[in-house]
Amino acid sequence: MIAALLIASVAAGTALLYAALGEIVGERAGIINLGVEGVMLVGAACACAVGAMSGNPYFGVLAAALAGALISLVFAYAVVDCAANQLAAGLSLLLLGLGVSALIGNPFVGAVMPGLPSLARMDALVALVLPLTALIAWGLWATRWGLQLRAVGENPTAAFAAGCNRRRLQYQAIALSGMLSALAGAHIALGVAYTWAEGMTGGRGFIAIALVMFARWNPWGAVAGALVFGGAEASQLQLQAHGVDVSPFVMNMLPYLLTLAVLPLTGKRGRLAAPAALGRPYRGVE
Amino acid sequence: MSTDGTFWRAAWIGLAAFTAFGLILGIAGKHPLQAYLDTGAYVLGSLEGFTELFVRMGPLVMAALAVAIPARIGLFNVGGEGQIYMGALFATGAALHLAQAPSWLLLPATIAAGFIGGAIWALIPALMRVAGVANEAITTLLLNYVAPLAVAYQIFGPWRSPESSSYPQSPRLAEAATLPVLPNTRLHAGLLIALACLAVFAYVFHRTRWGLEMRAIGGNRTASQHLGLPVRAYVLLCMALGGGIAGLAGMAEVSAIQGRLVAEVSPGYGYMGFLVAWLAGPSARAIAGMALLFALISSVGDILQITQRVPFAVVNILMAAILFSVLCAGRRR
Repeated sequence: MIAALLIASVAAGTALLYAALGEIVGERAGIINLGVEGVMLVGAACACAVGAMSGNPYFGVLAAALAGALISLVFAYAVVDCAANQLAAGLSLLLLGLGVSALIGNPFVGAVMPGLPSLARMDALVALVLPLTALIAWGLWATRWGLQLRAVGENPTAAFAAGCNRRRLQYQAIALSGMLSALAGAHIALGVAYTWAEGMTGGRGFIAIALVMFARWNPWGAVAGALVFGGAEASQLQLQAHGVDVSPFVMNMLPYLLTLAVLPLTGKRGRLAAPAALGRPYRGVE
Repeated sequence: MSTDGTFWRAAWIGLAAFTAFGLILGIAGKHPLQAYLDTGAYVLGSLEGFTELFVRMGPLVMAALAVAIPARIGLFNVGGEGQIYMGALFATGAALHLAQAPSWLLLPATIAAGFIGGAIWALIPALMRVAGVANEAITTLLLNYVAPLAVAYQIFGPWRSPESSSYPQSPRLAEAATLPVLPNTRLHAGLLIALACLAVFAYVFHRTRWGLEMRAIGGNRTASQHLGLPVRAYVLLCMALGGGIAGLAGMAEVSAIQGRLVAEVSPGYGYMGFLVAWLAGPSARAIAGMALLFALISSVGDILQITQRVPFAVVNILMAAILFSVLCAGRRR
């Protein structure tokens, strides 16, 4: 049972980790994106549509990544070029994603999708997620690009004075973040559920945002967090499978309640790890 | 909407959003123009379509107030949807458990319970905010996913009506627990409650000392704290009032529209209310006008669903287009 639980936690945690990695990249560049959930849905719908039409789930995953980056550009234009309120723009992105995914996924409701080939529930997206975490951690802390991106998130005026191109870096961060969120959705659709249903990501995008705070904006911290939250989701299925008599509705509340419960654990020092200019529209000279 | 300039700006934004939505529908192989014409015919050509606008205006105004009141002191309450469900849950609980109470007491108790349910659901994020633990935007969003599960738990379990075995719902509420409904329509007293709340909000915010203090806190929280204003109390109070009013919307859906607790209390009024409040700002007249516009948009969604078999959720694209247009229009640096 322990092994089964661990495998199920990894499967459930993978999607959360992709979404959290995306949010970390965005927030490190000073952009808080509440629309992750919407982008995940677009990723799931595109993965299903292209996967079903081409018969190849990998094409579905690629299409999802592309669509996630594209739809995030609308959000990027609003917050980077128009200095829009990031929370409001994020919610617009959420609604846009809800609508667009419903439109794309509608012809495929109820169809069984070609799932990603897997070995002991390890599919390509699960196998790729840890190397990707390492790549993002390396990119953010060991490259000039990452240094500049984090500088923009901490103090855009100083970053500009030091010669960083704030606009380009934030666009890159948001597009990359959209791509990763869409991969999260694609994994839920083609690696876990094998089907499309409206709103199928069920709030995991918001759990991922909370996870970023829990992880103190650090990709490796997100790995630990994703395992914990994935574990909550998986243990709920395991308990039901073993016939424990708890209402499924109460069990389904667990991931959200757990998320709320661990937010205080971030602590004061944790919150100080937040990028200093997070969520502030930049109105300086450029 | 007071001067000509803002009117034309609003008109342009509306035109841009409806055009963008039409283009997306067109690309998807649907017929947007036909949908707009059908909606126009439904809303202007039938009593049902016309009154339905005002049926939906009620919950939209209340959901907008749930956002607008905390927003005046700089808080983001995105939990209207969850607060609506909690209001519905508490109201149903009161109506079912107090069914033996004198009938004059039942309706006020149901209304009060709805308010309390929504207020409690908003107080959780408010307390977390005051304790400096978490930003209310993310906590209210997370709670939106818990409240419908609590409703589902009750109607699949303890409150499940014995007479309907196939469809999970609570027993019908007593006659004395239902809001008055205008004969031959679905128009009910919930709209009056919504407009009364709106009027009180407008008066308090623009004409009283409390409104002035709210504006001070919204303008500069740190300065207000140093001036000795009870900022934390305002945070708790504004969230509780906002959540409570959203709870009233849930109560009205249960008490007047459905007559019982069902799994889907709201088709996303909480999120629409956020957009209404965000677009309207502090003006009560603008909130009423925007609520009517969003009632119309949700009619577009219904028409699309019925005549062109497009999922209702697709209408979210239109709402996103409006919000993006406003966020981007005229603010380009």
